[in-house]
Amino acid sequence: MSVPVLEVRDLVKVHGEGDARVRALRGVCLTVERGDYVAVMGASGSGKSTLMNILGCLDVPSSGSYLIDGTDVGALGERQLAILRNRKIGFVFQSFNLIPRMSALANVELPMAYGGVPAAERRSRALAALERVGLSERVHHEPNELSGGQQQRVAVARALVTAPALLLADEPTGNLDTRSTEDVLRILDGLSASGRTIVVITHEDDVAAHAKRVIRLVDGQIVEDRRQAPVDGLPPRMTTEAAG
Amino acid sequence: MSRMEILRFALRGLAANKLRSFLTTLGILIGVAAVIMLVAFGEGASQGIQQSIQRLGANTLTVSASFGGGGGGFGAGGGAGGRQEGPRTQARQLTLEDARALADPGQAPSVKSVSPVVTANSATAVYEGADHTISQLVGTYPSYFEATNKPVETGSYFVNDDVLAARKVMVIGRTVAEELFGAASPVGRQVSVSGVPFTVVGVLKEAGSSGTQDADDVAIVPLPAVQQSLTGFGPLGSIIVQATGAGTTESAQAEVTAILNQRHGVTPAGTADYRILNQATLQETVSSTIGTFTALLGAVAAISLLVGGIGITNIMLVTVTERTREIGIRKAIGAPRSAILGQFLVEATVLSLVGGLSGVLVAFAGTRFTVAGIEPVLVPSSIALALGVSVGIGLFFGSYPANRAARLRPIQALRHE
Repeated sequence: MSVPVLEVRDLVKVHGEGDARVRALRGVCLTVERGDYVAVMGASGSGKSTLMNILGCLDVPSSGSYLIDGTDVGALGERQLAILRNRKIGFVFQSFNLIPRMSALANVELPMAYGGVPAAERRSRALAALERVGLSERVHHEPNELSGGQQQRVAVARALVTAPALLLADEPTGNLDTRSTEDVLRILDGLSASGRTIVVITHEDDVAAHAKRVIRLVDGQIVEDRRQAPVDGLPPRMTTEAAG
Repeated sequence: MSRMEILRFALRGLAANKLRSFLTTLGILIGVAAVIMLVAFGEGASQGIQQSIQRLGANTLTVSASFGGGGGGFGAGGGAGGRQEGPRTQARQLTLEDARALADPGQAPSVKSVSPVVTANSATAVYEGADHTISQLVGTYPSYFEATNKPVETGSYFVNDDVLAARKVMVIGRTVAEELFGAASPVGRQVSVSGVPFTVVGVLKEAGSSGTQDADDVAIVPLPAVQQSLTGFGPLGSIIVQATGAGTTESAQAEVTAILNQRHGVTPAGTADYRILNQATLQETVSSTIGTFTALLGAVAAISLLVGGIGITNIMLVTVTERTREIGIRKAIGAPRSAILGQFLVEATVLSLVGGLSGVLVAFAGTRFTVAGIEPVLVPSSIALALGVSVGIGLFFGSYPANRAARLRPIQALRHE
């Protein structure tokens, strides 16, 4: 068995001080195998976003440790953290977070620019990633010239262009209409089918139905861990579609 | 992340806000240009004044009568000394005898030559219908030419024989020659000054104008000739004393003072009735004054440079605050701290460098013009200083906001609205 992509041990996160003290995470333990597609569910305030930010190395836990692709994140310095974010993690935000006044292509190329990929290779990989999310026609548009769904697809392309070990998506469909939601979920399904490891945060059952495994968080603790499909199989929606 | 990449990001950041970048650059431009130009004008003024002092002649002392203060004795027909104006006995004019006494090598060994001078202002010269008012008609001895640094270009000087014989000969300046004779050679022609005919024997080399006064609008004639025909045998206007060398002007001044004090009966405690103007002292005083003046100008300009630098800090702070979210995104996708720091530092440096270099260009253009008779002289060190300071300001004042941006934790930056 290979090293798990994600191994979380007893993660605790406390926000604020004194009376304003909030325990967002109270000892979360979690292991995600390579190729899994996990949906983390929970109501607002359940700590799912906090968990996601820590897993994406955007925030630091109060205690506990976690390994991404076998690397202990707590032991890393500033510079190594940046490299880890760049190479091992692809992050998709609810609010897209594209850089304004930069074309879709430039946005997708950006992580590779920080990763030191040569310009020619960068361009071809970025174009391939944009084609994969169905935006070949719009590579030179700036974010404000794209619809929400298109922006989110650019963001997905940016997250997967570095071929990260772990793709994290924080409410990726939260700001999208039904059609765009379907587009984005179909892309995630396709990525899962091709072997990517995906962790998605959502509060919608429809979104969770696409995942191979659903984890439910309440008050900063895991209360349910349900498997919907095997790790090395296709995501559930694709198998039903294939059967139907 | 290559350097070129960081530079490209920085330029894109600046281009995103063209007007703001332009105005910030303008602040630095004005600061740098002001420093260089003001120093250049100060230096130009200083050199101009030095030159006009040197043109007056080297190693010379000018002795003139002084009527200021207790000059009550003069004009009172030899009134008694005990008047209330002070201990000064009686103010006396400078005479030819004074000049002869100064020329005594026994009493004044440091004196090389003595030239008594009388000046007739605004004498009108006529030549074949053309007339010109000579602003300075000087009656003196031949040693005057050397002492006051007035070489003859064409023709010759007048000599001691001309003085003894009171011959009506004259050496004229370039302006006078052009006004009266045009392109023709004036040497040997006769000019009538207030009805008295003078023969032109030489033309002075062009001296150029110093400020408002035209140093070429001059005519020099033997002393007795001008006294006989124009001014009368009154007192001397001044006595030009030339010292034997640059090192002996001080001792020459002491000797002249001693002789004149004795001849005019000035007691050591009393006020002298004459003044001695020492060329070297004058030059020193003037250059130190001008130096102070230039430093003052430079300081004023330096303040505007500093204000420009604060402008850069301000703009970089605004830029960083405005783009905090963008910084968060960049960090989330793996931008190392050095790349963020580099981007903002390069932005600040490009602003100040572009501003500084265009400031130097503006200063180069600006110092090609002569303003108020001052020809600016570029001082290389001021260019290096202004440019260095502007880039230094960019780096120094840009590094604070850049550091702040780079240190943010990604989640803090992303949550920033």
